[in-house]
Amino acid sequence: MNAPPKAISGVSTFVDDRIGAGNFLKRNLRKIFPDHWSFLLGEIALYSFIILLLTGTFLTFWFKPSMGEVTYTGNYAPLYGVRMSEAYASALHISFDVRGGLLMRQIHHWAALLFVGGMTVHMLRIFFTGAYRKPRELNWIIGILLLSLALLEGLTGYSLPDDLLSGAGLRITQGVAQSIPIVGTYVSFFLFGGEYPGHDVISRFYSIHILLIPGILLALVSAHMILMWVQKHTQMPGKNRTDKNVVGAPFYPAFMIKSGAFFLFTFGVIALLGTFAQINPIWLFGPYTPADISAGSQPDWYMGFLEGALRLMPSWEINFLDHTVTFSVLIPALVPLGLVMTGLALYPFLEQWITGDRREHHIADRPRNNPHRTAIGISGMTFYGILWLLGANDEISANFHVDLYTTTWFGRFAIFIGPAIAYWITYRMCIGLQRKDAEVLSHGVESGVIKRMPNGQYIEVHTPPAEDIAAHIRGKQEIPVLESAEDGEGIPPKGARSAIGRLRAKMSEAYGTDRVPLTDGHHEEAHEEEHAGVGAGDRKELH
Amino acid sequence: MIGTGISVNSITARRRHPLARVAVLALALGLLGGGYALAAPNGSTADAAIASGKADDVAQGKSLFVAHCASCHGLNAEGTKKAPTLIGVGAAAVNFQVSSGRMPAADAGPQAPRKPRAEWATDQAVDQLAAYVQSLGGGPTVPGAEQVDPAKGDPAKGGELFRANCIQCHNFVGAGGALTYGKYAPPLNPATPTQIYEAMATGPQAMPVFNDSTITPEQKRDMIAYITHVRSQVDPGGSGLGRIGPVTEGLVAWVVGLSLLVLASIWITAKKRRAA
Repeated sequence: MNAPPKAISGVSTFVDDRIGAGNFLKRNLRKIFPDHWSFLLGEIALYSFIILLLTGTFLTFWFKPSMGEVTYTGNYAPLYGVRMSEAYASALHISFDVRGGLLMRQIHHWAALLFVGGMTVHMLRIFFTGAYRKPRELNWIIGILLLSLALLEGLTGYSLPDDLLSGAGLRITQGVAQSIPIVGTYVSFFLFGGEYPGHDVISRFYSIHILLIPGILLALVSAHMILMWVQKHTQMPGKNRTDKNVVGAPFYPAFMIKSGAFFLFTFGVIALLGTFAQINPIWLFGPYTPADISAGSQPDWYMGFLEGALRLMPSWEINFLDHTVTFSVLIPALVPLGLVMTGLALYPFLEQWITGDRREHHIADRPRNNPHRTAIGISGMTFYGILWLLGANDEISANFHVDLYTTTWFGRFAIFIGPAIAYWITYRMCIGLQRKDAEVLSHGVESGVIKRMPNGQYIEVHTPPAEDIAAHIRGKQEIPVLESAEDGEGIPPKGARSAIGRLRAKMSEAYGTDRVPLTDGHHEEAHEEEHAGVGAGDRKELH
Repeated sequence: MIGTGISVNSITARRRHPLARVAVLALALGLLGGGYALAAPNGSTADAAIASGKADDVAQGKSLFVAHCASCHGLNAEGTKKAPTLIGVGAAAVNFQVSSGRMPAADAGPQAPRKPRAEWATDQAVDQLAAYVQSLGGGPTVPGAEQVDPAKGDPAKGGELFRANCIQCHNFVGAGGALTYGKYAPPLNPATPTQIYEAMATGPQAMPVFNDSTITPEQKRDMIAYITHVRSQVDPGGSGLGRIGPVTEGLVAWVVGLSLLVLASIWITAKKRRAA
């Protein structure tokens, strides 16, 4: 083997002697990563974040976070001579007078949409495969924090250009602040530095948007990655895969190349969108004045579910001890967000409490193998999805010619009925898929070969499933169930005596009981004949 | 006629006078004309009718009206249960409704949609119909070409007025929006400058009236300048995605952006390493 050239060995020895990176790299470059398409979803968010940092820096070179009034004298004729804030004027300047400015703005905005979108699909993957289970609960919490901060980052960024649409979002933000009982008006005055809209909010949001939240995001992303690295990535069940090993390709070179390629894909898709699809055309919205509002004012997609909640809510308001409590804003602003985010954050711990499962898990669940979790997840998505959809109810009404109030009333019922139906359907589908798995193991796979028996009967020959498919199916893990049976003297175990204990035991039984146990052998008499033909025929393994 | 001193025979004799027919006709016309002049709401009606069309047009318009409009609006445009009276709506309202195909209405929905014009509704027929309705009770007239010329307006000023008065229903570029009970603010893209002016002046369907004291004719022209400028603008950032804001942007982010990336991730991981 040739020795590396002096130019490389010299430099690397110099570095290694001083910071001792050699050993670290030797250990870590060979780290094994499991291979599955869904494991790359989080990287969409990671790479979008990098693009956001770079394009965002570019935008700060020209953006002026000031609400001081100026007269526009730039290149966009339909706004020439119009009074507007410096922030809006500088955003127009970036769009029309800075070379590449509009492209950078558009890439920044598309990257933001894909950043939150990537986080969302990544989180759903983690949830449905149970990858948040011990020892990864803390990393899950970090993820939820990242998602919440991303929403806040999006909200502040959306407000910065001070166009008419962002002003509408700002107005809702102020309404939410005001709806907080007792301290609402104080919070609003504090946030806006006086009467709405004041002169401070843009510069304040600017500091938060470009410094505070990105800093925290960067720190949390690093922690997220380090924890993932240290705890190792989960893997899908399969041949020779256990909780004690990781089957896959080493980080260097295989995973690094795939990862690098995926960065380029992400960058490519965002650049294509930024080039060919116009986003946030602030020049069409016009400058913000609190008196104006446009039809079809919506937030970016990740805030859409809150918009929908606000649109569905009846106008409830009470007066309590001379304080107005505006439920019509307070409930839609806090309840769905609270349900979704708190529910997600607590789910690993609730599941542990119900199943009593204290084991470590490094093999991901297939969603069908934990039907209640999957059903809860889908019904949560339905809840979110209905709110999300109804956030655009005016566009639905205008473009599909449905009466506006019909959509509102549909939403008011669907928000309660939809998740329940989704739960039931998902649960049944999971059980059905489990039955299919059990059938594949016990009966084998249809081979497509029809045999005629000496007595004239036709049968289809089944072959055993391919080894890797069988191993994938057998990777199903039982979900522990709490001990709740009474002992010989009719006394239930300690935890199951109180009312809560009994409820917990009941939920545990429902959550954990395996409805479709897998059987390996060919137990059923009726199929003996059918399988007799298998040995004689071609044993073809299906993939 | 007994006791009046006038003999029946003498009346009968005068009735048969060769000039009696002419005299009675003159009397009847005089009474009708004088009575009309007294009873008519103002004296400018005839002038207005002449302003918006020739006297012939009024007669032609009436026959068009009877043929195509009267079944709902009544034989004399007095209105029925199905449709409102058209007395006083003016030529501008007729021109707007008929030239945009909204009238004659196809069915009684919450709102009459814009549709291709009826075959008979040529420009000339619309003018005649407008002249007839104008002759009934005045109202806003059809604006002249100069009044709606976008080149003579100031789009920046018009934009400010447009944002203050129109976009809460019609959206920030006039892409349209939803109203309650199945009604909607239609997109402004297919509307001609004249139709935009007429809509402001007459307030068709769910729209309020923006009369000349609310928004002056010059301001209306500025707004027309803005609307036509913005709608003919090539979107500098690529496809405008319907110009309805974040709804389609979010849809594209998921359906195009995330789908492509998921496909990419499947493709990347599907390539297995060959066993060495």
